[in-house]
Amino acid sequence: MTQESVAVELRGIGKRFPGVIANHDVDLTIRAGTVHALIGENGAGKSTLMKILYGVQKPDDGTISINGREVALRTPTDAIANGVGMVFQHFMLADNLTVLENMVLGAEKLHGIGDRARAEIRRISDAFGFGLQPDVLVEKLGVADRQRLEIAKVLYRGARIIILDEPTAVLVPQEVDALFANLRELRNAGNAVLFISHKLDEVLDIADDITVMRRGTTVGTADPRTTTKRELAELMVGSELPSPETEESTVTDTVQLTLADVTLADEFGRNLLTDVSLSIRRGEILGIAGVEGNGQAELVETIMGMRIPGAGRIHLGTEDVTHWHTRKLREAGIGYIPEDRHRHGLLLDAPLWENRILGHQTQAPNAKGPWINRSGARKDTQRIVTEYDVRAPGIDTPARALSGGNQQKLIVGREMSGDPVLLIASHPTRGVDVGAQAAIWDHIKRARRAGLAVLLISADLDELIGLSDTIQVILRGRLVGTFDPASVTPQDLGAAMTGGEAA
Amino acid sequence: MKSFNPRAIGLALLGPAIAIVASVLVTTLVIAAVGSSPGDFWSTMFDFPKPRSRVDIINQTAMIYTAAVAAAIGFRMGLFNIGLEGQYTLASYAAAAFAGGAYLSGFANVFVSLLIAIAVGAAWSAIAGILKTTRGVSEVISTIMLNSIAITLVGYLLNKYGVHEGNTVHTTRIDLVSGWTPFENRDGEIWTLVIIAILAGVGFWVLLNKTRFGFDLRASGQSETVAKASGVNPHRMIITAMALSGGVAGLIWMPALFGKATNFGLGTTFQAGLGFLGIAVALLGRNRPIGMLFGALLFAYLSVKSNDLTFATDVSPSIVQITQGVAVLAVVVAYEVVRRWRARLEQRVVSQELGTATEATA
Ligand SMILES: Nc1ncnc2c1ncn2[C@@H]1O[C@H](COP(=O)(O)OP(=O)(O)OP(=O)(O)O)[C@@H](O)[C@H]1O
Ligand SMILES: [Mg+2]
Repeated sequence: MTQESVAVELRGIGKRFPGVIANHDVDLTIRAGTVHALIGENGAGKSTLMKILYGVQKPDDGTISINGREVALRTPTDAIANGVGMVFQHFMLADNLTVLENMVLGAEKLHGIGDRARAEIRRISDAFGFGLQPDVLVEKLGVADRQRLEIAKVLYRGARIIILDEPTAVLVPQEVDALFANLRELRNAGNAVLFISHKLDEVLDIADDITVMRRGTTVGTADPRTTTKRELAELMVGSELPSPETEESTVTDTVQLTLADVTLADEFGRNLLTDVSLSIRRGEILGIAGVEGNGQAELVETIMGMRIPGAGRIHLGTEDVTHWHTRKLREAGIGYIPEDRHRHGLLLDAPLWENRILGHQTQAPNAKGPWINRSGARKDTQRIVTEYDVRAPGIDTPARALSGGNQQKLIVGREMSGDPVLLIASHPTRGVDVGAQAAIWDHIKRARRAGLAVLLISADLDELIGLSDTIQVILRGRLVGTFDPASVTPQDLGAAMTGGEAA
Repeated sequence: MKSFNPRAIGLALLGPAIAIVASVLVTTLVIAAVGSSPGDFWSTMFDFPKPRSRVDIINQTAMIYTAAVAAAIGFRMGLFNIGLEGQYTLASYAAAAFAGGAYLSGFANVFVSLLIAIAVGAAWSAIAGILKTTRGVSEVISTIMLNSIAITLVGYLLNKYGVHEGNTVHTTRIDLVSGWTPFENRDGEIWTLVIIAILAGVGFWVLLNKTRFGFDLRASGQSETVAKASGVNPHRMIITAMALSGGVAGLIWMPALFGKATNFGLGTTFQAGLGFLGIAVALLGRNRPIGMLFGALLFAYLSVKSNDLTFATDVSPSIVQITQGVAVLAVVVAYEVVRRWRARLEQRVVSQELGTATEATA
C-alpha cells in the first residue's frame, strides 16, 4: 500500500461477440504499485477485458483511463505507448525465430536489433533471473521459458502496467515463488501488475486487491487479508471448493503401459530422456512431477509416437509399440491431452464438431470407413459440450472463439471419449476454473474405476498428490525417485524436483 | 438463425467484384496509356461471344478448371505446387505417345491413356514431395526446376521417337473421341473429356469435405503440429498430396488431345501455360470448387475473346494477360479487405441486436 494513485480505471466496459456478451458494465480500478488479481469462472470475460485494456479488442461501450487520463486504445501499439503490456494466456511467439529476434520484433526502434538490444535483454534477464539465452530458437524452449520471454518482452517495451493472463498455470510451485518475487519487485518499483488466475491460494498470496467477475461483469471485490479461499470460490462460481481426493485404490494387476530403458536424443546427440522405465497398471494413475522442461514433453511425445526413441522398448498391454505411429497408437485406445492446446490440441479456425474429430479421425462415431461421419461427430460433440459444460454458442463456433478454460474442457471431453485404455494427460485442468476442475477430476476417477490407466503430468502438486496412486519425479530426462502420494508432502516433491535431497 | 441471407452472399461476392473492377480499371489505363481506344477494346470484349467462341470458352474452362483443382489440392495443405506446367506437359506427352502406339483400341485406349497421364503426372510431382520430406527442399524450388527438366525431356523424347513432318515433330496421330456439337459443324464441338473437369471438381469437394483423407489434408494445411499430434504422418501426407495434385494435373490437357489435337507437338498442337493459369484461378477462387469454376470461366472467356481483338481493334490480345494478372493480385488484397470489413460489420450487427436485447431484459 505504497501509493494511492490510480493507474487504470475502467468504467462501464461492454464487449459483445456473435452470440455472446463477453463483457458488460465492467468497472475496475487498479492502483499503481499494487498487484491486482482478477478471478472468475471460465468464460467470465477476464481475458476479453484484458485484451480490451491492451488494445487487441475494441470495447463496444465504456471508457478507459490510464493515470487519470482518458485514452482510446485502438491497437497494442497505443497500449504500449501508454505503458500497458500484456502476456497472453496463449503465448504469441514466433517459433522459428530466436529469443533475441522475438524480443526486438516490432520494437526495433527501442534498442536496435544488435548489441544494444542484446545488452538490454541481458540486463532484464539478470535483473529478474530469467536466464534468457538470446540466440536460442524459441521452438526449442519449454513453456516456462517461453513465459519468461514473454514477460521480458513486455518489460523490454517499457511497460509500467503489466497484464499477465494465467501466468502460473504452467509453473511448478518453486517457479511460482520465483515469479511472485519478480512481481513484488515490479510492484515495489511502482508498477501495476494485473494478473488472472484460477488458483486461489496464489491469489491470496500475492494480490493486494482482488476483483471477481461473473458472466461478463464485475460482481465484487475482496480484500486478500480478510477473505478465505472458500469465500472467493463462492463469489466466483457460487459453489463449494473442491479438492482432489483419492478414494480406495482401484489399481489392478494387469499392466497397461510399460517403458523399459527408453532413451531419446535430440539432433545434436544430447539425451532428452535417459533410461526411463515405468509401468502403469489398469486402474492406476501414475503422476509425474517435475519442473517444466525436464523431459515431460519429450516423454509424452515418445509414448504418443511423435518421437521415436533411440533405445528401449515401449509396450501397450502385451504389444510392442515402440515404433508405432501416433495414429495407430490412438486407434489402440490412447487418449492424449496435450500440454499446449494450441500447438497440439485444436484447429482454432475449425468448428467445434471438427475439433471433436481431430485425433480420432479414424474412429467411431467420427468416421465410417474412409468417410467422415458428420452427423455422428456432431451428435457426439453436443454430448461433450453438455457433459463437460463447455460454454459455447454452438458446435459450429470456431474453437478460437472459446475461452481458454472452455477449450480445455472440450479437449478433455474429446480424449475421454470412446473408452480409452490409457490416458496421457498433460496438465488436464490447466486454465479451468475450480468448478470445472472438480468435474474433470470426477471424470478421470470414474474412468479409472472402470480400468483406465493414466499417466498424469501436472504442475499442480495438489492435483498430482490428490489423484495419483504413485508419483515419480523427473529431472533432466531421468526418473529420479518414486513417492507414495499418501505420505509425500509438496515440500518433499519440490526438493526432489529441483535435485535436492529428498527428505 | 442467420443462414443464407442475401447479405452474406453479397459479402462473399464482394471480394471478386472488387478484383474485377480493379483489373478492368488497370487494363483501361494501360490501353489508354499506349494510345489505343479502351472503348473499342471493351466493346469487343463485352460483345456476346459467337457460337464458335462459346464452344471454345467451355472447352478452355474445363482445362483451366482441372488445372485449378490440381493447384488447390496442394494449396489446401499449404503446399505450393508450381510444377503443374511440367507435370501436365510430361503426362500429356506420355499419354499421347501411348495412345498413338495403338496398343489398344477404342475406349480402352482412351481409358488407359488417361491412367498413364495420371500416373506420370503423379510420379513427377511426387519427386518434389520426396525431395521435401527427405532433403528438406522447398517444393517451390524443386517444382520450378522440375518444370524445366520436364520440358527439356519431352523435347528430347519427341525428337527421338516422334513423327517428323516438315520441320515439326509430334506423336503419332490418334482417332478422336467425337464430342457434342451444340451449334453448326463449323462452330466446333464440346469435347467429351470435358467431363474430366466436372469429375475433378466434384471429386475435390467430396474428398475435402467428406473423407478422412480430406480432413487430414485440411488439418495439415491449418497447423502442421496439430495435424501431427492428431496422428497425421506429415511425410506421407506431403508425398500423397503432391502426387494427387500432380495426378490431376496430368489430366489437364487430355480433353484437347482426344477432342481436337490428335497428337502431341510442342509449339504446335500442345497448349502450354494451362498450369500457370490454374494456379492463378485457384488463388482467384480461394481453392473453393465453385469459386474456381467462376474463375476458370472468367479466364477462359478473356483468353478466347481476346482473339477477336486482332481484327476488331489495334490492341494486342496479350493485353488480357494484364487483366488476368491484376485480377489475381487484386483478389488477394480484396479478400483480406472484405474479411476485415465483414468481421467489423458482423460485430456491429450483433452488438445492436444484443444491445437492444439486454436493454429489454435489464
Ligand atoms: N474472438 C471471439 N469471438 C467470439 N467469442 C469470443 C471471442 N473471444 C471470447 N469470446 C467469448 O467471450 C466470452 C468470454 O471469454 P474470455 O476468454 O474473456 O473468458 P475468460 O474469463 O478469460 O475465461 P477462461 O478462464 O476460460 O480463460 C466467452 O464466452 C467466449 O466464448
Ligand atoms: Mg481467459
